[in-house]
Amino acid sequence: MTTTVERPATPQPAHAKPSKPTLSDRARQERSLGWRLSAPALIVMLAVVAYPIINAVYLSFFNKRITDPNSGGFIWFRNYKVILSDSKWWDAVWVSVLIMVITVVIEFILGMALAMVMNKIVIPRRTLRTIVLIPYSIITVVSAYGWQYAFAPTSGYISKWLHTLTFGSFDQNYDWFGHHWSALIAIMASEIWKTTPFMALLLLAGLAQVPGELQEAAQVDGATFWERLRRVTLPSMKAAILVAVLFRALDAFRIFDNIFIMTKGSQNTTSVGVLAYDQTITRSEVGLGSAISVLLFICVVIITVIFIKGFRTDLSRVRGD
Amino acid sequence: MKSWVRKTLRVGVTGTLAATTLAACSSSGGPPSLTWFINPDNGGQIQIAKECTAAAKGEYKITTSPLPTDATQQRQQLVTRLSAKDSSISLMSIDPVYVPELSYAGFLAKIPAADATIFSKDIVKPAVDAASWQGKLVAAPFYANVQLLWFYKSVAQQAGLDMTKPVTWDQLIAAARKTKTTIGVQADQYEGYTVLINALISGAGGKIVENPGAQAKDVKLGLDTKAGEDAVKIIEQIARGGIGGPALSTAEEGQSLTLFTTTSGAFKGGFLANWPYVWSTLTPAQKKLIGFTVYPQTVAGTTSKPPFGGIDIAVGAYTHNKPQAFDALKCITSAAHQAYYMVHDGNPAANETAYTDPAVLKAYPNGLAAMILKSLKASGPRPQSQYYGDLSAALQQSFSPPNSVNSSTPKKADDFILKVLKGEKLL
Repeated sequence: MTTTVERPATPQPAHAKPSKPTLSDRARQERSLGWRLSAPALIVMLAVVAYPIINAVYLSFFNKRITDPNSGGFIWFRNYKVILSDSKWWDAVWVSVLIMVITVVIEFILGMALAMVMNKIVIPRRTLRTIVLIPYSIITVVSAYGWQYAFAPTSGYISKWLHTLTFGSFDQNYDWFGHHWSALIAIMASEIWKTTPFMALLLLAGLAQVPGELQEAAQVDGATFWERLRRVTLPSMKAAILVAVLFRALDAFRIFDNIFIMTKGSQNTTSVGVLAYDQTITRSEVGLGSAISVLLFICVVIITVIFIKGFRTDLSRVRGD
Repeated sequence: MKSWVRKTLRVGVTGTLAATTLAACSSSGGPPSLTWFINPDNGGQIQIAKECTAAAKGEYKITTSPLPTDATQQRQQLVTRLSAKDSSISLMSIDPVYVPELSYAGFLAKIPAADATIFSKDIVKPAVDAASWQGKLVAAPFYANVQLLWFYKSVAQQAGLDMTKPVTWDQLIAAARKTKTTIGVQADQYEGYTVLINALISGAGGKIVENPGAQAKDVKLGLDTKAGEDAVKIIEQIARGGIGGPALSTAEEGQSLTLFTTTSGAFKGGFLANWPYVWSTLTPAQKKLIGFTVYPQTVAGTTSKPPFGGIDIAVGAYTHNKPQAFDALKCITSAAHQAYYMVHDGNPAANETAYTDPAVLKAYPNGLAAMILKSLKASGPRPQSQYYGDLSAALQQSFSPPNSVNSSTPKKADDFILKVLKGEKLL
């Protein structure tokens, strides 16, 4: 779709404000057609995305508890004040950030390695990609239960393996979910196992875009593997890395399922997502829960801005060629 | 071509509309359909629904819809639906601890006085109390669970415990240490942990909430008391030295039962505080080795307050078929159905007369039925509060993990819970 803009017939003085360009009939018709074609999608998006966000912002200003008929007063920013002055909120932010950083770093390293293997191997490429994707195809709740059983003190195999590998110095009945750090390790293990394939696939798409001649030229110039990776491969797939890392970072920050199944937030493993659930669903405190959701949304926006500014890549200008 | 498409569409639309109208006519002509939201069980409630539908002779039809397994999640689903004024909820099975909250919110239909008399006839007092809110019965007691103390006869004998008399938690802890066995309790961060904490405090003559039914800002707690101290000492001892097993912080009913039935390795079962369903899970060989008695005392000489549980059934406030729902409720909670449910699903009846039923006596032999009834009559309910969900969750958080519990826990819990109830702290 092209847009034709008619230039003004008479030249304007340099200091004058440029007048609004006039659209040709065809451009107007095309613009109108564009609006009509996108209107249904726009309406659906407004209904399912914009309305809940606006409603959550609205509810966050009320002292509303579903099961208390006497609640519902307008309290301005009191919910935000309670949340931001509570150590539980900052603990949840810390847990979410910690999980995000550790899992994304490990997933990136593992995902990159997997992507490089998949990129090199010609036969059986399809089979390999299918096998790698298996963990990602498993529902997170199922994966969380699987890992919970694996880490279970008496019946799980992780402690038994560690007991054998450390020649008996690791307690084979160790209660992984009874301590903060061990519980976090179990949660992150499940998260990493489940989503590394997703990272690998996105990176594989980026890897396929790295020009072969650049790699060859670097090789001819005597560049080592690490030099080629650092100076040719990674810079060439910057956009793909941004997409992969950003998507995973946002997902990891909003982690819910694994924590909900494995610890329910005990041992100080509550993430921001679990905290929002606890207030809104468990406590029926929709005002307080909405305020946490709004803050979570703001955190997500901040992370996105940091990533896009940090990578200095404009995704809208990136082409596959 | 176009007219052919139009004709086909017209015929299709007309046919669909006609079929829908006919279906609507036929459904409006049948008996009112009552949907009963049930907690998952072994099929007993579905069978009772069938029998009551047959007994109604066309007055109504009961269909069942399962709720989630966990009591907290059952409450969540009911609250979500009822807050949207869901008229499809005719009957609902609810944990007694949520009766005050749902009643306070106006989600339960008022029980006519005549029906209230029927629903409370021959029912053990703690069950009637738990189904009431501000002096009025708001739900019909269906089954009334109570925890017992289960033990290996050989372990008790080895420890020199006389299990024909009430025993204390201190005696059990000493016995477990002596015999190198475990005591199975529930201390995961979930409702079962509240059950334990409440039983320990009640057993020492205390109360978690001093003024049940009070508004959030006026609630007075009884955690930072001598009774709270006594409860903490017991949890501390169970949590240390592996007496509560290797995974006490994630132990729910099932896990504690598994721990109890473990007879080899570093953690051998010795004692278990759990509900009577345990009996139905034991093999004949295990039944010979295992005994049961009344819940342990927190303080020697002070009668214990065994944890009370169970299920009440209430009529939804927004159902269009209230008279039929109350009629159905009479059928569902009849003494005969409670006895059937006790035998079939392993959950004790709230109706005393069920305990004379031959089938019940056969299914709960060796005085087990009598022990359940005795324990039920002595049982202590959890706090009755419209904010029970918050209160219980805050209590669990304050006491979790169990190995972190110490003498300062009651005071901290007291402060934290009050702030949560007043909306000054997150949960």
